[in-house]
Amino acid sequence: MEGKFIKIGKNRVTADEFVAEGHSFCVGCGEALALRLACKALGRDVIIANATGCIEICTSPLPLTSWRVPWIHTLFENTAAEISGIEAGLKILMKKGKMPERDIKCVAVAGDGGTSDIGMQALSGAFERKHDFLYLCFDNEAYMNTGIQRSSATPYGASTTTAPAGKLSIGQTTWKKNMAEIAVAHDIPYVATACPSYPFDLINKVKKGGEVKGPAYVHIFSPCPTGWRYSTDLTIEIGRLAVETGIFPLYEVENGRYKLNVDRPKLRPVEEYLKPQGRFRHLLDEEIEKIQEHVNEEYAKLKAKIACFAA
Amino acid sequence: MSKRVGLEASHAAAEAARMADVDVIAAYPITPQTHIPERLAEMVANGELNAAYIPVESEHSALSACLGAAAVGARTFTATAGQGLELMHEVVYVASSMRYPIVMTICNRALSAPLSVWGDHSDAMAVRDTGWIQVFCQNNQEAFDMTLWAFRVGEDSRVLFPVMVHFDGFHLSHVTEPVILPEQKEVDKFLPRFQYPFALNPDKPMTHGAFGPPDIYAEAKVAQEVAFRKSKGVIIQGFKEFGDIFGRYYHPVEPYKTEGARTLLLTMGSFSETAKIAIDTKKNKGESVGLLNLRLWRPFPFKELRQAVKDAETLIVFDRCISFGGPGGPVSSEVRSALYNEKERPRVVSFVGGLGGRDMSVKDFEYVIDRGREIVEKGSEELFETVGIRGKVTGIRG
Amino acid sequence: MAEKRLKTGSDFTWKDMEVGNIVTEVGNASVRKTGDWRTERPILDKEKCTKCALCWIYCPDAAIKPSEEGYYESDLYYCKGCGICASVCPAGAITMIEEEEK
Repeated sequence: MEGKFIKIGKNRVTADEFVAEGHSFCVGCGEALALRLACKALGRDVIIANATGCIEICTSPLPLTSWRVPWIHTLFENTAAEISGIEAGLKILMKKGKMPERDIKCVAVAGDGGTSDIGMQALSGAFERKHDFLYLCFDNEAYMNTGIQRSSATPYGASTTTAPAGKLSIGQTTWKKNMAEIAVAHDIPYVATACPSYPFDLINKVKKGGEVKGPAYVHIFSPCPTGWRYSTDLTIEIGRLAVETGIFPLYEVENGRYKLNVDRPKLRPVEEYLKPQGRFRHLLDEEIEKIQEHVNEEYAKLKAKIACFAA
Repeated sequence: MSKRVGLEASHAAAEAARMADVDVIAAYPITPQTHIPERLAEMVANGELNAAYIPVESEHSALSACLGAAAVGARTFTATAGQGLELMHEVVYVASSMRYPIVMTICNRALSAPLSVWGDHSDAMAVRDTGWIQVFCQNNQEAFDMTLWAFRVGEDSRVLFPVMVHFDGFHLSHVTEPVILPEQKEVDKFLPRFQYPFALNPDKPMTHGAFGPPDIYAEAKVAQEVAFRKSKGVIIQGFKEFGDIFGRYYHPVEPYKTEGARTLLLTMGSFSETAKIAIDTKKNKGESVGLLNLRLWRPFPFKELRQAVKDAETLIVFDRCISFGGPGGPVSSEVRSALYNEKERPRVVSFVGGLGGRDMSVKDFEYVIDRGREIVEKGSEELFETVGIRGKVTGIRG
Repeated sequence: MAEKRLKTGSDFTWKDMEVGNIVTEVGNASVRKTGDWRTERPILDKEKCTKCALCWIYCPDAAIKPSEEGYYESDLYYCKGCGICASVCPAGAITMIEEEEK
């Protein structure tokens, strides 16, 4: 299968699978698909540092590994620090002639919890020091691997096990932390959002992020049938609805210049995205209205940024 | 030509890392370790040291970056103290269980609360069980020597464990003492190039850090323990090779004038040198006393300790740390445990002092010896006694 | 499909552990028969199939493989029966049916 490509429309995608078949991701997992596509974008010349989370657990149960590329997992919150050490180590070893010069992409892989909560500090530090690495955040909007606990990436109104919908609560009472904008605020060369429902866009962005010199951040929307409670065959549809309702816009920021990748003259109502998911089932019309207003406002802000800082 | 210079222990450790041609340094400043990252940063900025200096944003990230660097085969060094060592606590376990031979200097500092930047051994005692090779230094020469030795032993393919070199915060880190610096070619003879056999590389992909389900975790930890115990052979060999090249021989347990001594005092770190003066003073008065300097802390030198105390009646162990609600000073409890099964063993008495920068004078150690002998004769209601604390301490009961 | 011999932790004594518990056999997790998870399986109607390969790219389990004839077919050793392929197929060539009793 080495070197074989599959043609889909005008796209050529490698047939190589860098994460072996037989992994233990859930049935219909959006994150598994996103990871598969991202790895195809990156190829063999990588070293991947992976945080504790769904990806790590589903791909590395001793004595087995799903990984066909160099891969390391240590802890939960330190992925960005770990990849900083890997990047600096490779660079200095090559500089000192202790290893032959070659291009090896340093890639950090983490979930939303391992990024926007516990991993925030290390990520900010790695961005600030301008290491040459790509950080991929696979966002399934909660601590899914440990049982659907809330994170700062959990959307407003979603029910999770530690912020459950109940008689006195609608579930998550705060708005989703905007990690992409936090990355932009660190003044790094490349930031993008991606979704596996748009596979060629995702592959293109991960490839770009891997090639850029300096820090790159790609935030990947990862629909989760288990935690979001929808039928497993709807993963791609849910991802599309997230983009088409404006809940998860697909855009890139290259050296501070914004570009929207997918736009619609009129966004679909958020209700179409919320209704199929069990985690939003408890929301009343007024809450859905509130979410709609918020999405409208955020989307307008994004459009304004795009107009102001056009690529 | 080796040269004799005045150096703080911090600068001695930095100099050792430089002569070892370290590749990656990832460190976060914390009193009293700051002079180490400062000196290393200066060396890199001036081209005296060809290394990647990563100014990380916390100690947790410092050791995490070291994990990454070691995983790709870089010779890796860091330093911390007190709260910093506590913040990186989970990473400390990972470094040893993943077998990355990182060398880390600890400028021993007291643990909060209350906040104390001054020296004691509570930071070291908190990492007893983490699986790192650990040694304690009495002076700045040892701070230099043990750092070089640490790279040699930790990186040995039969070992592959990280090493902590402990020396007392402020008492050594900020005090200038004469240090003999060897020639670079002697260092190169002692310390071969680091060849990490499992370096992450696309040419030979592998997985580091797969998780351990219940049916395999226990085997993994036992394998780690057996390998850790086995490292003692290389530790001893490393001491010998060091001595053969540099002329200074180190040992796991270092007796000082113990021949025929009925009462022994056991200390660790810089206070050993002060205690030795107390020993000399008492010996001049005809008292039967001697000192043991405990150098190798992990893996614990059971054999050497038992051998060193076999003829003594009383063994007074001095700790710079309280193990709250536990069996007194941590070192004393380990010493007691090491001797428990011996048919003949000295009575072990525990003293705690030198906390949070509280100094111990020669007279204080003379008091410890006198009071220790008195406790053996007359007994004591307390599990351990303190020295240098204002107000009589009672209530340390079982 | 021949059952691949499953290597589990229980096969290992402590002496078999690699230094640092590294795994050098890349991708050896492919012995796991995740096809056992299935409650539904995809059936391909080759008459309708246009060989567009969208099912191949959207499969989270990389369980769909190109065949000799150029079709894309599910490897039932791995296929978990999520139904994504059926839902994305533009030609409606894939249907999900109940997994048969063995």
